[in-house]
Amino acid sequence: MSEHLPALVLLAPLFGTLVIGLFGLRDHRVCLPVTLSCLAVSLFSAIGLILRVSSGGPVDYFMGGWEEPLGIGIQLRADAINSPLLVVIAIVALLAAVFTIRPAGERDSEKTPYFYILFLLLSVGLFGITITADAFNVFVLIEVTALSSYGLVAIGSSKRCKVAAFHYLIMGTVGASFYLLGVGYLYLKLGSLNMQDIHTILASNENLADSRAIRTAFVFILVGIWTKMAFFPLHGWLPNAYSYSPSGSAAILAPLVTKVSVYVMVRMMVSVFGLDQLEANVEWGHFVVWLAVIAIVAGSMMALAQREIKKMLCCLIIAEVGYMVGGAWLGDPQRWGMTGTLYHILADALMTSCLFLAAGVFAKWLGAVKLEDLSGLFRKMPLAATGFVIGGLAIIGVPPTCGFYSKFYLIRGGIESGQWIYVAALIGSSLVNAVLFFRLFEIAYFGKNPVASHAHGHGHGDDGHDHHETPVVRREPPLHALLPVLVAAALLILLGIFNGPVVEFIRTGLIETATVVSTGR
Amino acid sequence: MQAFFQEAVIPHFNFWIYVVIMMIGLWSVIAKNNLVKKLIGLSIFQTAILLLYVSLGVKEDATIPVVESGVLAAYKETSATTDKKAAPAIHPDRYANPTPHVLMLTAIVVGVATLGVALALTQMIYKDFGTLEEDEVLQKIKALHEDV
Repeated sequence: MSEHLPALVLLAPLFGTLVIGLFGLRDHRVCLPVTLSCLAVSLFSAIGLILRVSSGGPVDYFMGGWEEPLGIGIQLRADAINSPLLVVIAIVALLAAVFTIRPAGERDSEKTPYFYILFLLLSVGLFGITITADAFNVFVLIEVTALSSYGLVAIGSSKRCKVAAFHYLIMGTVGASFYLLGVGYLYLKLGSLNMQDIHTILASNENLADSRAIRTAFVFILVGIWTKMAFFPLHGWLPNAYSYSPSGSAAILAPLVTKVSVYVMVRMMVSVFGLDQLEANVEWGHFVVWLAVIAIVAGSMMALAQREIKKMLCCLIIAEVGYMVGGAWLGDPQRWGMTGTLYHILADALMTSCLFLAAGVFAKWLGAVKLEDLSGLFRKMPLAATGFVIGGLAIIGVPPTCGFYSKFYLIRGGIESGQWIYVAALIGSSLVNAVLFFRLFEIAYFGKNPVASHAHGHGHGDDGHDHHETPVVRREPPLHALLPVLVAAALLILLGIFNGPVVEFIRTGLIETATVVSTGR
Repeated sequence: MQAFFQEAVIPHFNFWIYVVIMMIGLWSVIAKNNLVKKLIGLSIFQTAILLLYVSLGVKEDATIPVVESGVLAAYKETSATTDKKAAPAIHPDRYANPTPHVLMLTAIVVGVATLGVALALTQMIYKDFGTLEEDEVLQKIKALHEDV
């Protein structure tokens, strides 16, 4: 059983989509238990994979037993770089699934089974992108992910989400096509699609790695992936798609899709093209760090200008993508930049998950869309607000949370590489985040207008006077919505406290991959 | 100029055509105002990439990629003992390369699915806004925003 863990991670949710498709359409009660149990299977398989990787090194799996010689086998490979990400994907997906539980009284819509099918397909795509060791498979799974995200964005009832989904579709398809074109160049030149194979061939022949076709391939792949991760000049689709999609969709889309794309970039750099090859042949690495700096500054500035909670969080994602791209391009795996990026992928997935879950809670149970709507939040929902505060502190980078440590490693990488502008951008962006969130906390603590929940019209303060003595009814959201926020917040602190072993695990695996592969397996 | 044509354009004229097709597609994705025209452009853009892959598999004087009986077993035997890449029993020159074509079957399916989702979205947009011109849709969204 345990040798099939790599396949089980992505087959469990795929099987779930079939079950929901068969039975869920008739009886909607099937959907949620199936979703939860499939994701739980994935989570346990991912944890099992981590244990196997930490005891015995990378785990290879050949689908259908078609091994290498004929070159048509589909290889899955779990190593220290991607196995923690698998666990985080499973956790975030589970939290988002728990969040979508409907309260007993609420009428479910005919869209419910379709939502869960798309939800599980999205998880399949994300797991697949993370675990596959085949460059073309990455394209297919990127498109599986993307198609289900378009559906998840458009499934909402507002008019705007359809237009947002359409723009997302155009950008996403062009990006994926560029990636496909890049892989085409690689195949044209090297005749292989297996990542390790490509790397071995590239490492064995220096002229090849320097050739124009390979450089073009790298640039196309990079631009395609950048579009998918909303790296600054290519970010246009992100804010609308994530802020107008329903809360349940946003809770899985926003934390995971961009982060997994960043992982693909790192994977391409480390184990397809090879960091030493890139350092020797790519003269514009510094330029990418500059682009990342621009992304960080622009993301932070846009976040400052937003009046809506979700829009602000979306702009923060754009800044965070800048952190990760910059960290990955600091060079040399011995330095801390790449490690910081990989740790930040995990940390940021959890942070974004916590914040978007909290924003979903506020939107649904307080009708809060704008920043001002959060006033009096701490009196209405003290527990949910605590989760939100912890998420905010993690984004700012306050010590016990993982946000502090990931920024610490990234800054350390920046200093080691002498990229002072990047260090400055990171620190500046942390300050902007502090301004953003403390403004929110101030509104939430001291805002004196409890009627802000007028969208629900339950009317405390119908007497016309909004004194803060007005008894504010404490209305925590139901447990299934509160729990994910609190669990995510707790995980942020846990991941921060245990950052040592996690980072050590990633770092040894990263250095091993970068050195072993470059000497030709 | 003449030399450029002789060396770069004529031997690879198919690639030049794909580049032109691709740019036509990309241009209409960017420049066209009508959502359906954008989608047509997107399809053209994807098709150009499919064509590139398909032409990768072609070889002169090659036959269909089906290995004659017995050859595969010999290949497995030799590849188990000697270096993988130098296995002599199969002559790859004799067979057209099937892999790019198979890959493109997958990519075509992906493209069709994308187009299907996109057309469904345009239909919903048309129902909601009564138009498919992008500027009008954006204008109506703006009006929507100001009302709230």
